[in-house]
Amino acid sequence: MTTTDNSGDVRLSGIGKTYGSFTAVHPLDLTVPQGSFFALLGASGCGKTTTLRMIAGLEEPSSGTVHLGDQDVTHLPPYKRPVNTVFQSYALFPHLDIFENVAFGLRRRGIKSVKKQVEDMLELVQLGEQARKKPHQLSGGQQQRVAVARALINHPKVLLLDEPLGALDLKLRRQMQLELKRIQTEVGITFIHVTHDQEEAMTMADTVAVMNAGRVEQLGSPTDLYENPQTTFVANFLGTSNLIEAEVDTRSGGDIVLKAGGGKLVLPEARCSAPATAGGKVLVGIRPEKISLTHADDAGAIPEGRNRLTGRIVDASFIGVSTQYVVESPVCDELAVYVQNVERDGRLVPGADVVLHWSPAHTFGLDAAQDIDAGVETVEEEAA
Amino acid sequence: MPFVNWLKRRLVVIAGLLTLAYLLLPNVIVTVFSFNRPKGRFNYQWQHFSTAAWKNPCGVADMCGSLSISLQIAVWATIGATVLGTMIAFALVRYRFRARGAINSLIFLPMAMPEVVMAASLLTLFLNMGAQLGFWTILIAHIMFCLSFVVTAVKARVMSMDPRLEEAARDLYAGPVQTFLRVTLPIAAPGIAAGALLSFALSFDDFIITNFNAGSTVTFPMFVWGSAQRGTPVQINVIGTAMFLIAVLFVLTSMLITNRRSNQRA
Amino acid sequence: MSTLTEAPPPLVSAEPAKKPPRKRGRFTPYWLLLPGILWLVVFFALPMIYQASTSVQTGSLEEGYKVTWHFATYWDALSEYWPQFLRSVFYAASATVLCLLLGYPLAYLIAFRAGRWRNLIMILVIAPFFTSFLIRTLAWKTILADNGPVVHTLNTLHILDLTSALGWTAGDRVLATPLAVVCGLTYNFLPFMILPLYTSLERIDGRLHEAAGDLYARPWTTFRKVTFPLSMPGVVSGTLLTFIPATGDYVNSELLGSTDTRMIGNVIQTQFLRILDYPTAAALSFILMAAILAMVTIYIRRSGTEDLV
Repeated sequence: MTTTDNSGDVRLSGIGKTYGSFTAVHPLDLTVPQGSFFALLGASGCGKTTTLRMIAGLEEPSSGTVHLGDQDVTHLPPYKRPVNTVFQSYALFPHLDIFENVAFGLRRRGIKSVKKQVEDMLELVQLGEQARKKPHQLSGGQQQRVAVARALINHPKVLLLDEPLGALDLKLRRQMQLELKRIQTEVGITFIHVTHDQEEAMTMADTVAVMNAGRVEQLGSPTDLYENPQTTFVANFLGTSNLIEAEVDTRSGGDIVLKAGGGKLVLPEARCSAPATAGGKVLVGIRPEKISLTHADDAGAIPEGRNRLTGRIVDASFIGVSTQYVVESPVCDELAVYVQNVERDGRLVPGADVVLHWSPAHTFGLDAAQDIDAGVETVEEEAA
Repeated sequence: MPFVNWLKRRLVVIAGLLTLAYLLLPNVIVTVFSFNRPKGRFNYQWQHFSTAAWKNPCGVADMCGSLSISLQIAVWATIGATVLGTMIAFALVRYRFRARGAINSLIFLPMAMPEVVMAASLLTLFLNMGAQLGFWTILIAHIMFCLSFVVTAVKARVMSMDPRLEEAARDLYAGPVQTFLRVTLPIAAPGIAAGALLSFALSFDDFIITNFNAGSTVTFPMFVWGSAQRGTPVQINVIGTAMFLIAVLFVLTSMLITNRRSNQRA
Repeated sequence: MSTLTEAPPPLVSAEPAKKPPRKRGRFTPYWLLLPGILWLVVFFALPMIYQASTSVQTGSLEEGYKVTWHFATYWDALSEYWPQFLRSVFYAASATVLCLLLGYPLAYLIAFRAGRWRNLIMILVIAPFFTSFLIRTLAWKTILADNGPVVHTLNTLHILDLTSALGWTAGDRVLATPLAVVCGLTYNFLPFMILPLYTSLERIDGRLHEAAGDLYARPWTTFRKVTFPLSMPGVVSGTLLTFIPATGDYVNSELLGSTDTRMIGNVIQTQFLRILDYPTAAALSFILMAAILAMVTIYIRRSGTEDLV
């Protein structure tokens, strides 16, 4: 599917949605290139579903325009847009069997001979046997595949997926992620996928837009977002980050030298998204798996040129592939450190004094004016 | 005390079945007495077995005529109430508008009003307007009191319907009319059918409101009422038994069909 | 895969959609509501107003009626017919209590114990509806006949002596007594009690019974503390659906009772259709409506279930 065709591009310009005085989506610009697998990631209520619904035509934008390729579809009703949706909880028609569910879109467009197409489509999603069953007779995973088939059979220019895997259990979800990825690669249609599951977004999508409170916080490839987050929300929402408040000391070459607690930390200027003026505050971020732990007795063996902090282990939990430590340090109460269980140091137990050290290249800097806990998942959010 | 324990565990079942017997006893009597050959005008005492009434169900003057009037009124009242009630139910569930509370009360009140009050007040209106009492006034009254029941039945169904289904239809190239015909209506159908069935039963069996507003028109319940004074022909029991049997057979067949269908599918 | 790589049929016309969003459907709800609501206004609400106005008119059938704000009609109607009012409320209340006592076990049976018989029992509860209720009420004349087995048994057991002493029956008869009327009312409105009870019982998760049992509740305690409170919505709407029509009923009293069991419905019917004293009939009907609305409102408030409809 190599094509230079851009008719599957989705361009949102200044698109926004307000309900009375509540702004669901702040005007945003976004371009999703033809053939890409794009994810809109965010917690519930962040505006990601509203954005998707505006692309589908199910929601009228309060401002801005939606383009598909070169065509302005902003005011087209959903049934005139070459876009199809896989709905959350699937919305399969309960009064129609699987075959008729899949054939629905074709029939509405006046296509008479649907049998071959529907059968091929059901084969693709491995449901050929179930054609004459009603939706409620299928399992969750099968219903999900019917929903995908029902949308894909129409050859949409863009397929929208609204939390399509939310109702499935963990194992099935992993399987369906791979399945969807396979289908997308095969058919080459632009997929826009809305999810609150950061792992799902990262495994499936080429490009992820992280949304928070009606705004796009950051847009990029999964690796880029993970390695170089630009806001505390992204840093905390995608995986775990240790964020340490620090003061800018000096600049040397391409590096910024920061003071945190008693020690100094080095941060490559290119990896700092905040304006760093001497004396100003910056949040220093480091992912837990990038940190190495060394017992305080062996501190001398740590190579020069690494950022270091001292602390004491508060808690250690053995996960199997790794051990997760919580370390208390003068600069931060709770630093998370994930250590691969390659050669375990028996002295690293709660109460032990340790040195944390990491390569400056893995450090990132964020604007200290933000909420340091933005995007941290709390228990209530998990439950909801 | 095994017997006492046995009784204790089945107390609910026994009490329930006794109630069921109480509910069905009159129907048994009606059926048995449809084979009676009474002495005199009233069919209240068992005399001799006879199938005469079954062989000649329309043998009583005016009875089958009243039955036909009742059926006509019931059919038209069902159609009228179902159409109007379904429209109201959709408006109530799907749209936000002013005066919702007032409209809800207006729909609830007819169900919370003793029939005799509605009957009397409607008669006052017809008398004041100088309307000719008869078929049309009965029909108007029946549509009025069936309407609320249809709204309630359809509303419950439409409310429990996932709005995403209609969005999915629009997303799959169905315009507003297609969406309504292909998705909304079929899914709301059980609620509409329940409302229609209830309307039919209520209209066909209504006596009090009809009695006030019928003028000289005689529906089947009014015929029965009149015969309670003049003498009860056995044919009344024949009609009553036949309707009971038709209803049971109708329900049983439809249940068998749905069962077989779901068995085939599974 | 062939189906997907085919070129999709053109869906959208080339012309750009520049039209501003139409405010579609702003008036749709009103059009949907209009015919039905108009019907209810003209044939339900308006008659109530006519009736209210008739109740304060004076005049005669020959000379016509005029609104004279003659509220004395209300006073006269009440002072003359208060026994019938009280009797109606008493009969209807008795029938409602009996319906609850008889209907609850059956609803419970259908909801929890019937198993594969559930549908059959449901059909048997509903099917009698299809035989005209007047025919079925007349059947009670046969069942309660003076020389029938029921009365005979009650007499042998000397139960009728007891009920006669209480004023429910007269002599060795059941027909033409209050007991017969209440029995007929109970019979006629029982399904209106059973169906809402069943609906709310059926919604109760069977595991709650197990949980209660697990937490040391005996069956009776489980019923009192778990099942019955959860079925309250059904109890409330069932009692209303029984009590309201029973209060206004005159069929049972006419067919199974005597002149001593006349209820308010009989009075209104006679005034309207035989004596043709419209103001008195309208006033009586208005009082009945007001009394029922008042009782129902208090009842709903006290039982704390306001979301009945």
